[in-house]
Amino acid sequence: MAEGIYLDNNATTMVSPEIVEEMLPFFSEQFGNPSSLHQFGDKVGRALKKARQQVQTLLGAEHDSEIIFTSCGTESDSTAILSALRAQPERKEIITTVVEHPAVLTLCQHLEKDGYKVHYLTVDKRGRLDMQRYKDLLSDRVAVVSVVWANNETGTLFPVEEMAVWAHEAGIMFHTDAVQAVGKVPINLKESAIDMLSLSGHKLHAPKGVGVLYLRRGARFRPLLRGGHQERGRRAGTENSASIVALGKAAEMALESMTFENTFVKAMRDRLESGILAAVSHCFVTGDPTNRLPNTCNIAFEFIEGEAILLLLNKLGIAASSGSACTSGSLEPSHVMRAMDIPYTAAHGSIRFSLSRYNTMEEIERVITAVPPIVAQLRKLSPYWGENGPVEEPEKAFAPTYA
Amino acid sequence: MWDYSEKVKEHFFSPRNAGAVEGANAVGDVGSLSCGDALRLTLRVDPQNETILDAGFQTFGCGSAIASSSALTEIIKGMTLDAALKVTNQDIADYLDGLPPEKMHCSVMGREALQAAVANYRGEEWKDDHEEGELICKCFAIDAVMIEETVRANGLRTVEDVTNYTKAGGGCAACHEGIEDILVKVLAEQGEVFDPTTPSVTAQPKKLNTLQRIRRIEEILDSIRPNLQRDHGDVELVDVDGKNIYVNMVGACSGCQMAATTLGGIQQALVEGLNEFVRVLPAEQLKSCAEG
Ligand SMILES: Cc1ncc(COP(=O)(O)O)c(C=O)c1O
Repeated sequence: MAEGIYLDNNATTMVSPEIVEEMLPFFSEQFGNPSSLHQFGDKVGRALKKARQQVQTLLGAEHDSEIIFTSCGTESDSTAILSALRAQPERKEIITTVVEHPAVLTLCQHLEKDGYKVHYLTVDKRGRLDMQRYKDLLSDRVAVVSVVWANNETGTLFPVEEMAVWAHEAGIMFHTDAVQAVGKVPINLKESAIDMLSLSGHKLHAPKGVGVLYLRRGARFRPLLRGGHQERGRRAGTENSASIVALGKAAEMALESMTFENTFVKAMRDRLESGILAAVSHCFVTGDPTNRLPNTCNIAFEFIEGEAILLLLNKLGIAASSGSACTSGSLEPSHVMRAMDIPYTAAHGSIRFSLSRYNTMEEIERVITAVPPIVAQLRKLSPYWGENGPVEEPEKAFAPTYA
Repeated sequence: MWDYSEKVKEHFFSPRNAGAVEGANAVGDVGSLSCGDALRLTLRVDPQNETILDAGFQTFGCGSAIASSSALTEIIKGMTLDAALKVTNQDIADYLDGLPPEKMHCSVMGREALQAAVANYRGEEWKDDHEEGELICKCFAIDAVMIEETVRANGLRTVEDVTNYTKAGGGCAACHEGIEDILVKVLAEQGEVFDPTTPSVTAQPKKLNTLQRIRRIEEILDSIRPNLQRDHGDVELVDVDGKNIYVNMVGACSGCQMAATTLGGIQQALVEGLNEFVRVLPAEQLKSCAEG
């Protein structure tokens, strides 16, 4: 692994060396077009078939033809939602949540301009959905429900399998963005009511720029890209064969390491979390710690700002990410932190540590040592911080104009 | 991550004048918690001659907010209040060798803290008159509030109008959808519908011919030349190829570590002066293109 300690695996992951090796021939001798009849194409076609089956196995899908390769998670999300709308033009409503990834959220906001009614389910302080509210919204006006399986910022899991059953009973299509969940949560689609599921290669140690849309056999579908007959006409465009082969291998490896992720990686995450919470005052875990991905821990450090923390961590070679407004160039802290009603003084200081199976306990110990002095250094600069702790009634003591 | 200058990084990693000044007699608290940036500036002012004897900052904010606070205190120490009030946010940004467009508001916050502190010293009440919106045009750092207000005040109807009035959208053009969204919204408030085929209300700025454009470039370079000469450097125009303007840095500027940032400054001046997006490149790149 490159130098430094990489704890930003929900942003993207390192491509495993085994996977790089697997994909290399597809840049050189295996360059053929899988659609061609000659031997150059034929071998590539077989490799794609194998990759499709590897993904099918990871997802527990009934048929390999239910796997459609796409260019990324975002494309899979857009394809799923737009397809449901086009296939059922009489239905003009969508149900989703306020904590979706922008791949779904921005699309839904855009669809509102086109006249669709979007219901955004809210969350409580721990990031949990109100199931009663969800059930009340189900009606024959709804074209599709799209709910993220695992939140990319907090790792909080939503009960999508249960939600899919209710959608089905109401005759509504159900899509889940499982980009963060795949490989970490056991999935068995043939036993579920989920109609469509998105995943992305670069979150599971395959390269960027390849994804999958799972489409249940029989689910009504309208392609986003029309053209050639690739992916049985459901996603035109010559296949990104090297990356698809890589994603197949990644799926196989993810299945093999699922137990490892849920034991060793989880143990490292738990150690990191308890180590930091024990050493730093005035910080807390965001999201639902009892129901989340095994690799993710999101801690809000009060009275300081996330980008400043990241810059100091980066100086020590430690990579993480933050929900502060400044890291994204937007005016508000992360919509996920705001949705959980985390106060501004803490939301801006939220830091996400996301681990992978390539991390080690030794790295975790180094991070636990590094964090407390960084927090202390920034708190010394903070107008909310006194000698040894927050000033009394911090929000009154420092109430800047136009706050 | 952000493209911070070395100077910004340096002021962030080793901030100057951090903490509250002892015996302060002027305090300015400004910022926005929702945006994640807030600053308390404390000053000790000599009542005899209104000189700033000491300045300190406490900042809740990102790297560039902390660096801007640090820079501000360095700039104003030793100044009189009246002189300090003339410090602009651009001065703070320049002191730090520039800030990314998304971060210019950090320098604005610094200037406002200073105004607030001076008002506090003089027993006046400082009122913030600025409202900041989502950054729309990244080439010229123009936000949504600014565009909305300009559209309302001038009855603008097209993207082209907006560009002519605010510069927004005059660079890479990626924000044209965002500008159209604002037009749709503001026109709807007035009971009108946005129509992209409406002729622009602003007179077309006359397009310069090649000779006029080169003369204009020379004029702009002449106007910034005194600054460079002050540092014993100079710039000379070598070639103009569409949007690419090739220059030679001479004297102290050639090979100086600051050459890259200086080129950035020249580019900014040319973009503003020509009202179009151009790139300023060192003339060496012209050669390597010709050879390659
Ligand atoms: C939950 C979620 N959905 C969608 C995406 C987008 O995936 P991609 O980057 O492959 O388009 C991401 C990754 O950033 C994600 O975390």
